Amino acid sequence: MNDFKPQIVAFCCSNCASSAAAVADGMKKTLPDNVKIIQVPCTGRIEILHLLKAFEQGADGVYVAGCQDDSCRYISGIKKAAKRVAGVKRILEEIEMDPERINIFNLCAGQGQRFVEVAYEMINRLKEIGPSPVK
Amino acid sequence: MSEYKAGSNLEKVLKAGHFAFTGECGPPQGANIELLKEKAGHLKGCVDAVNVTDNQTAVVRMSSWAASLVLLQEGLEPNFQMVCRDRNRLAIQSDILGVYTHGIRNMLCLSGDHQKFGDHPESKNVFDIDSMQLINTVKTMRDDGKFLNGKDIDVPPRLFIGAASNPFAEPFDFRVYRLAKKIEAGADFVQTQCIYNMDRFREFMKRAVDMGLHEKCYLLAGVTPMKSVGMARYMAKQVPGMEVPESLIKRLKGAGKGKVAEEGIKFAIEQIHEFEEMEGVAGVHLMAIEWEHRVPEIAERAGVLPRPQV
Amino acid sequence: MIVAEPKPIKELLEMVQDFNKILVIGCKGCVTVCNVGGLKEVGILASTLKIARKKDGREIEVGEHVLERQCDPEYIDEVKDIIDDYDAVISLACGVGPQFLSERYPSARIFPGVNTKFMGGAVEHGVWSERCAGCGQCVIHYFGGLCPIARCSKSLMNGPCGGSSHGKCEISDDVDCIWDIIVRKMMAQGRLDELVKFRPPKSWTTARDGGPRKMVREELVI
Ligand code: SF4
Ligand code: SF4
Repeated sequence: MNDFKPQIVAFCCSNCASSAAAVADGMKKTLPDNVKIIQVPCTGRIEILHLLKAFEQGADGVYVAGCQDDSCRYISGIKKAAKRVAGVKRILEEIEMDPERINIFNLCAGQGQRFVEVAYEMINRLKEIGPSPVK
Repeated sequence: MSEYKAGSNLEKVLKAGHFAFTGECGPPQGANIELLKEKAGHLKGCVDAVNVTDNQTAVVRMSSWAASLVLLQEGLEPNFQMVCRDRNRLAIQSDILGVYTHGIRNMLCLSGDHQKFGDHPESKNVFDIDSMQLINTVKTMRDDGKFLNGKDIDVPPRLFIGAASNPFAEPFDFRVYRLAKKIEAGADFVQTQCIYNMDRFREFMKRAVDMGLHEKCYLLAGVTPMKSVGMARYMAKQVPGMEVPESLIKRLKGAGKGKVAEEGIKFAIEQIHEFEEMEGVAGVHLMAIEWEHRVPEIAERAGVLPRPQV
Repeated sequence: MIVAEPKPIKELLEMVQDFNKILVIGCKGCVTVCNVGGLKEVGILASTLKIARKKDGREIEVGEHVLERQCDPEYIDEVKDIIDDYDAVISLACGVGPQFLSERYPSARIFPGVNTKFMGGAVEHGVWSERCAGCGQCVIHYFGGLCPIARCSKSLMNGPCGGSSHGKCEISDDVDCIWDIIVRKMMAQGRLDELVKFRPPKSWTTARDGGPRKMVREELVI
């Protein structure tokens, strides 16, 4: 469609998303190199500031991949993360940037396929939105 | 000293043991004195006194004292209402002196609806004193001849002091005690919130009579005829502290198209008749909101005419 | 504590639109506890300002600093060596902080970064509610230990008014009628006699109505 290659930062939970990544690897499905993975012990540890910093440094999009709401290793980590993502969406809206530049996804450890899909979902969405105005 | 506290027509009617009948009139949202005179005109001869509301529901209208004076000139006796929302104790006391000087003899003391739902929600409210303290202020000014600061008043105002009571607001068990408190604070007469739940009101009156409150103060039961099913629903849902039983809404609905208002009036008349018989009730306060022109008919059909001359 | 809420970013951006070097100063007191002006929030605001400015292609330098308290001259002094490096300061403290800064640094341009709301506390996570209006003459012992001055919409001393329904205040279903709570509590304690006692008008001389307030305690003055 267009050759814009969005730079994406993905915060991934080491319990589910990362094992999903390993499964994906085994299936020979690899992530495109414009998605930079940051592994975190639990998505509940991701602060609004971490997410903002990615945008500040020019990321076109950011996402959080963590457990299912009811299977978070640390019980409520993913729910906290969802609230913070929503918080960043609000901030983006306030400064007139597309809130769809950030999102959160719930995964399970075995879902290698889904792990890769999510990345492409974000890439496609960001291709539509276009490059970040923050450069 | 005269045998009356203030000598208003309302006081005389009540003291003579007649069943009082008071009305209500909201001042215009503007300086439309003709409209005010027209509204008031309907009430002439039908009621013993007319409540003149004070920026009711926190909507700006002609001031209650000014509208009260117009009523006086028109030959009606005003029951001047004052809320605590818009004035501090300086303004309250000076307005009391002012209205008395101009011949006003009844005053109803209220806290006032909060401005949040009025037409100037941005305004600052005062609430320097509350309705209970306002009642006591008027009494202190009248009976002790003193201002709130204890200083003597040069010619004290003599007003017949009214208060409001809502038998339906919660906590229900405390309402009759709050009424007692208002009487203790100085209320000479009390007008209740519009009554629709007769069972609850009977219970309330029974408690008031048991406490002997009807012997210390004249209790006037509030009546507002329902104009439509929509109005009944609105009152039931939107007006805080108002109780409209489902059975009444059903009855109005059952009246059928074009006959709801008549059914509303019928219910009001039945109420008035019951209040006449109810122990402790000294009169009725008819609040026919924007329906002043129907008051003569209601009064006639309720059999409260002609009004006593005292 | 003093409870505050963040000002909308848009409003802040507009306030400081003419400045390119901005110092955001937080406070470790109440505003840290209610999550509007602590270390975290200073970082978030600084980052947001940078993103917003970069987005518009405008350069900005944002400094971050958090003081122990902004309601104490001793701590306010701490920024004396850096404040001149900036053209504007956003204080994330309650209304006291930016004023102490304004007074201490007469040539600095100081902006309030939060809206100071009330004195209260957290009733649950993320929910704060008002408790005291600072009337200067506490009388809550007459009211079952609950304050009608701050918590009744009409500050009634002899409530409840006729608008109380289902335990809620006439102004909103979100607001508890404090008088409903007072009455129920005192009746349960068997204190009806106190409840029916007339409470005379309150003297507001000790409240804000008596003019801006100042307190001197000789034993502490050095
Ligand atoms: S009575 Fe006065 S000091 Fe006490 S809690 Fe209420 S407002 Fe605060
Ligand atoms: S409903 Fe309760 S809290 Fe609200 S103004 Fe009336 S007495 Fe006060």
